[in-house]
Order: sequence, then structure tokens, then C-alpha cells
Amino acid sequence: MNKEKQWPLWEVFIQSKTGLPYKHAGSVHAPDAEMALQNARDTYTRRGEGNSIWVVPSDAIIASNPADAESFYEPGNDKIYRHPTFYVMPEGAKHI
Amino acid sequence: MEKKNPEDSFQVKIDAEEKIEPKDWMPDEYRRNLIRQISQHAHSEVIGMQPEGNWITRAPSLRAKAVLLAKIQDEGGHGLYLYSACETLGISRDELIEQLHSGKAKYSSIFNYPTLTWADIGAVGWLVDGAAIVNQVSLQRTSYGPYSRAMIRICKEESFHQRQGYEIMANMAKGTLEQKQMAQDALNRWWWPSLMMFGPHDTESAHSAKSMKWKIKRESNDELRQRFIDKTVQQAEVIGLSIPDPDLQWNEQRKHYDFGKINWEEFTNVLNGNGPCNKQRMANHIQAHQNGAWVREAAMAYAEKQKNKKVPA
Ligand SMILES: [Fe+2]
Ligand SMILES: [Fe+2]
Repeated sequence: MNKEKQWPLWEVFIQSKTGLPYKHAGSVHAPDAEMALQNARDTYTRRGEGNSIWVVPSDAIIASNPADAESFYEPGNDKIYRHPTFYVMPEGAKHI
Repeated sequence: MEKKNPEDSFQVKIDAEEKIEPKDWMPDEYRRNLIRQISQHAHSEVIGMQPEGNWITRAPSLRAKAVLLAKIQDEGGHGLYLYSACETLGISRDELIEQLHSGKAKYSSIFNYPTLTWADIGAVGWLVDGAAIVNQVSLQRTSYGPYSRAMIRICKEESFHQRQGYEIMANMAKGTLEQKQMAQDALNRWWWPSLMMFGPHDTESAHSAKSMKWKIKRESNDELRQRFIDKTVQQAEVIGLSIPDPDLQWNEQRKHYDFGKINWEEFTNVLNGNGPCNKQRMANHIQAHQNGAWVREAAMAYAEKQKNKKVPA
């Protein structure tokens, strides 16, 4: 088989409505950013699923390693004072 | 806490209904099983465009043509969602296509049957998409995250596919005598191959046990097949067509339909390349892929040229 160069991979993120966060939808192959956007539109928004699309070269994404999850997130685990329920409110206080 | 071996912790996660994500540790066999199943699924979506594509230029109305085009475009999209999920397992798109062309990877044997009349387009949407939906709804709960997400997206799109097919069948069934006969003939030819889509009986299925333990598959071939039959019989009755199975009968005790023997010899035969259209389907795919090579190369060359322009000399 001839070894042609495969088009680069792009990750696709879609915002379904203004004001909402972008959500990962999947990926597409495309030679450049413009075609990545067009391919993402054709692949992931055939029924008005999107109002705005981001495409990001897949190799530009740095992901945390699930094997390290325990130590990686550990600093956040023992700080219960970051939650509002940690605090004792005086009896009778309202709207707080 | 005592350190568990990775395979045990993996199974604990699976049993707790947690999804496995691409960077998580997984047994090699889990990865291989998934690549086999997802790629087979992706190839089926793409090859499945051919029997329906056969009727685009001959659709009986502009409405029918627009619907068929949209349906086929969806199937291409389904293929792409699934290739994209499969690539997260560390196999490239090129390798996947090569495995299809070399015959190492299979696709659903149903797409090796010809679409002879317009009624076949109805039967394919109603029965083939109908069977696919039963399978895919179940797979929304598969243990591999990207596969599950692709299935959820696909299921949202599938119900239009089945409904447009059933609408064609319903219209033909209440048309002229000749049209009704065409509809019945299409049902006769597509019924049994649709039942075969669920794969061999549980007792004969090579990959089932491991797939169920790892929750790649959530329900067995026989359970899914039974669900499809139970749903479809009533739909045939409503439009006045008869299911071509003399042994089909409601079983009050089982609360399911009993049905006749499936011709597994035919299934194996078609799967092994001897169906009516195997050669044509593969030749078309290979040809389209080769004919597109220069376009892919040109687009890449253009992208590289544009990139170099932006770099100041
Ligand atoms: Fe599909
Ligand atoms: Fe479909």
C-alpha cells in the first residue's frame, strides 16, 4: 500500500447556545484549520447542534494522566473550608 | 490498603459502571476487542451507504430524494464518529481503512445484499436501521467512554432513518396491487438477513463472554434479536404486510414471539465473501479511496504551502 501522509487530527468542541460552555464532540481529520472547521460542521452539526465551533490540533492538547489522579487532585481534597457548608451561621440569619 | 493488580482494579471499575477513558489502563485484549468491534461498526456505516446510494438518482420524488440524501449523509457521519472513537485506542485511520480493504476487518453482512426496487429502500430503513437501533440503544451503555458517546449521538439521529423507511413501506403497502407486492417482496428478502445482523446465537458467539464481562456489549445477540422481532411484528401488521416466517407465533408463556430457524449457512457464506454484492461493495470503496488520493495530497500540499508563507523569512 502506498504510504500517503494522513491528514492531521483535530479535536472538535461545540457550543450549542451562546452562554453555554464548549463541549468536546469528537475529532476530524483535515489538512488545515479552515477545512477542520468545515469538516467539523458537516460531521457534528447537521441538526443545529452548534452555534459555534472550536477546532484544536489534537497534539496541542495536554491531558492529565489518570494514573496520577490521586496525588494530582489530593491538594483539593482536605480543604473543606472551600465549601459554604463548612461555616456555622448564627441562628435566625436569613438570605446568606 | 493492599495494592491490587491492574486487571482487578479495571474490573472493579467496570462492575461499578464507571466508563473507561482513552488514557486509562486497560487489558490488551479489551483494547483489541474494542478496535475490532468499533471498526467493524464504522465500516458497516460507510459500506451501508452503497446499497442506498444506488437509488438516489431514481428516487420517485424530490422529497424522497432529499430524505434519502440526508439519511445517507448521516450514515457517513456515523462512520466518522466511530472512526474517531476507534482512533482514541491508538490505531490510525489509515490502518483502519487498510484492514477493511485487506479483508482483515469485517462489516455487517447485510450490506452485501442488493437493493432491487424502491421498496428495498423502505425495507432497509425500516428493518436494517430498525435492527441497528435495537443494538445501538443497548450500546449506549457500553463501558468505553468514546464509544458510548458516539452511540448516544448516533441514536439521536437513527429514529428518522427508521421512520422514513417505514413510511415508504406504508405508502407502498396501501398503493396499487403491484406496489403492495413490491413492498411484500422487499420484506421477504430483507427479513431474515436483518435477523442475522444480531450475529450468531449466544451459544455459538465467539467474542460474547469476554465482551459481556467487560461490558463492551450489554445484552446478548439473542436478547437483542428477540426485542427487534417483538417490536417489528406489530408494525408489519399495521401496514398489512406479512412476515415471511410460518413459525412466527406469539408465545403467551414467554411473552415473546417464537420464530423459525435462521439459515446460518447463508450468514457464514455471505460473511466469507460470497454474498451477492461483496465484491462490488469492496471494489467501490477501494476505487473511491484511490480516486480521492490526489485530492488528499493536494489539500495537504496547499496547507503546507500556506503554513510556510506565514513564517517570516
Ligand atoms: Fe447509522
Ligand atoms: Fe441509520
